[in-house]
Amino acid sequence: MVSTNPFSALFGRSPFQPLLAHIVKTSECAGQLLPFFDAALSGDWEAARGYREAITQLEHEADELKTQLRLNLPNTMFLPVSRSDLLELISVQDKIANKARDITGIMLGRNMNIPDLLAEPMRDYLRTAVATVDQARKALEELEDLLESGFGRNVSDVMQTLIRELHELEHQADDQQIAIRRQLFQLEAELPPVDVIFLYKIIEWIGELSDRAERVGSRLQILTAR
Amino acid sequence: MSIIAQYGDVFIILACVFGFFMAWGVGANDVANAMGTSVGSKAITIRQAIVIAVIFEFLGAWLAGGQVTETIRKGIIDASLLQQEPQMLVYGMLASLLAAGSWLMIASLKGWPVSTTHSIVGAIVGFAIAGLGVDSVHWNAVGTIALSWVTSPLIAGVFAYVLFRSVQVLIFDNPDPFAAAKRYVPGYIFLVGFIVSMVTLVKGLSHVGLELSFGESLLLATAFGVVIMMFGLLLENRINRGERRSRGQYDFSSVERIFGVLMMFTACAMAFAHGSNDVANAVGPLAAVISVVESAGSVGGSSAMPWWVLVLGGGGIVVGLVTYGHKVIATVGTGITELTPSRGFAATLSAASTVVLASGTGLPISTTHTLVGAVLGVGLARGMAALNLRVLGSIVLSWLITLPAGALLSIMFFFMFKGMFG
Repeated sequence: MVSTNPFSALFGRSPFQPLLAHIVKTSECAGQLLPFFDAALSGDWEAARGYREAITQLEHEADELKTQLRLNLPNTMFLPVSRSDLLELISVQDKIANKARDITGIMLGRNMNIPDLLAEPMRDYLRTAVATVDQARKALEELEDLLESGFGRNVSDVMQTLIRELHELEHQADDQQIAIRRQLFQLEAELPPVDVIFLYKIIEWIGELSDRAERVGSRLQILTAR
Repeated sequence: MSIIAQYGDVFIILACVFGFFMAWGVGANDVANAMGTSVGSKAITIRQAIVIAVIFEFLGAWLAGGQVTETIRKGIIDASLLQQEPQMLVYGMLASLLAAGSWLMIASLKGWPVSTTHSIVGAIVGFAIAGLGVDSVHWNAVGTIALSWVTSPLIAGVFAYVLFRSVQVLIFDNPDPFAAAKRYVPGYIFLVGFIVSMVTLVKGLSHVGLELSFGESLLLATAFGVVIMMFGLLLENRINRGERRSRGQYDFSSVERIFGVLMMFTACAMAFAHGSNDVANAVGPLAAVISVVESAGSVGGSSAMPWWVLVLGGGGIVVGLVTYGHKVIATVGTGITELTPSRGFAATLSAASTVVLASGTGLPISTTHTLVGAVLGVGLARGMAALNLRVLGSIVLSWLITLPAGALLSIMFFFMFKGMFG
């Protein structure tokens, strides 16, 4: 019979839970890229289509979570972090899922063939990019924990370590990107020019995946820096 | 004079019934707010909360509730105006009890955040204005009470902020938070025991027949604090370091389990504080009626309050809690999912301290509002994930509505009794 108790109503829904749920979806979404890529390499476009659908579905769910968070962040809420930082963070996170979907879209749409020489390096490269996204997820999980302490001094230590690891992963992805580009440059003459253009595009986008994951880290740093 | 003599027993029975009704309302609704933080932080279960509440609400009402009762009984209206017609005071107090009880019931049904203290103070002021004239009210006393509704959340808020910051600095910022928690939490437990027993000993126990000097109280309170600190240490020793997480050096979940132990003590303190302050809302008017009837009409006589009056009030709270309050505790407790023991501890202890301090000085304050102030304090220390500030508006609104509502109902009942008994 008591519909709204003033006391329990005082505690708003924490925005950190949906934020975490979102990055979990996003990293699942990125995780699907690996089997998709393997299917694409073996030319099994039926299987690839299945993974592409899973990714689209996950991206859609992440979108839903993003919208929910944005709508449920009213002005009357008192938060320990800046509202704009939160909104910024969720949109950075969201772009990761979008990029994962875009990559599969182009690869599937063009039934893209990856030259055998590039297959192994590109798989490694993609693995690094996905690992970067995973690392961003770990950083957010840690944030959830750190919130309990009211962002004490330890926060900066923990965040520093996590973000350094994130940065290293991104750096590794950059190096791999440069190596792959160089290899592709040497193969260029033998391949159809249009295919090459799109290969460069895919390489670039995979790089953006890890770039954006790293940006999640730097947004987190801003969030906890206050 | 003859009216009192004629209907004396009826008045006392009515007063007991209404007082019990009011106390039931307090137990059914208000206690839930007091216990909500403890249950919400999952430090104690709902069942444990009820057991703690039953024991400590009663103890608080009985041991430390006397001072506030005095204020409700004598502080608000000028009794000397009633020398000629003592029955007016009886009607008024009966009406106030019934009005406040009914208003609490209505508000609970509608889910409005009203305060029991506001209801009863509004009711007493209401009947005094209607029945005895504006001059009969001690307006400066009412002013002090009204001011305390602003200051008590403020004090609790500041205290909660300081407390949570101290936890941050001492424990969470420590390179090994678990060890730091084990080291410092007993200190906080000592603080709980010390504050509660100090205020009780200094201000509360005189009506139980125990007179202690300040030095003796200090000594006893320290001893009590040490005893419960020992008890806390025993409980604490059963907690071990949990599975280390990936980023293991900051193992906050084990730290929170230590705070869970602390939370048990603050929950007791909160129940005690609530009992000491809010039982008076029901018992004060009841005691006033009894004193008028017993002294055969002499108003303002300093007859001692019978001990069973506080017992009746405490009993009413317990019955309210057991029959209905557990449902509200469940609602409130499960609603607060974002609360961890460390945050809950800072909020509850500061609210409890503010309330016991107010009880010591005889000020009737609103427990709910004090708790809200304390929670905001922890929030300002960046300890809360999210607070809904819109609720503050509804609380202020309920504050504005409750006073006139209590007053109007009380005026209505006052004229009803006047018509019934002449």
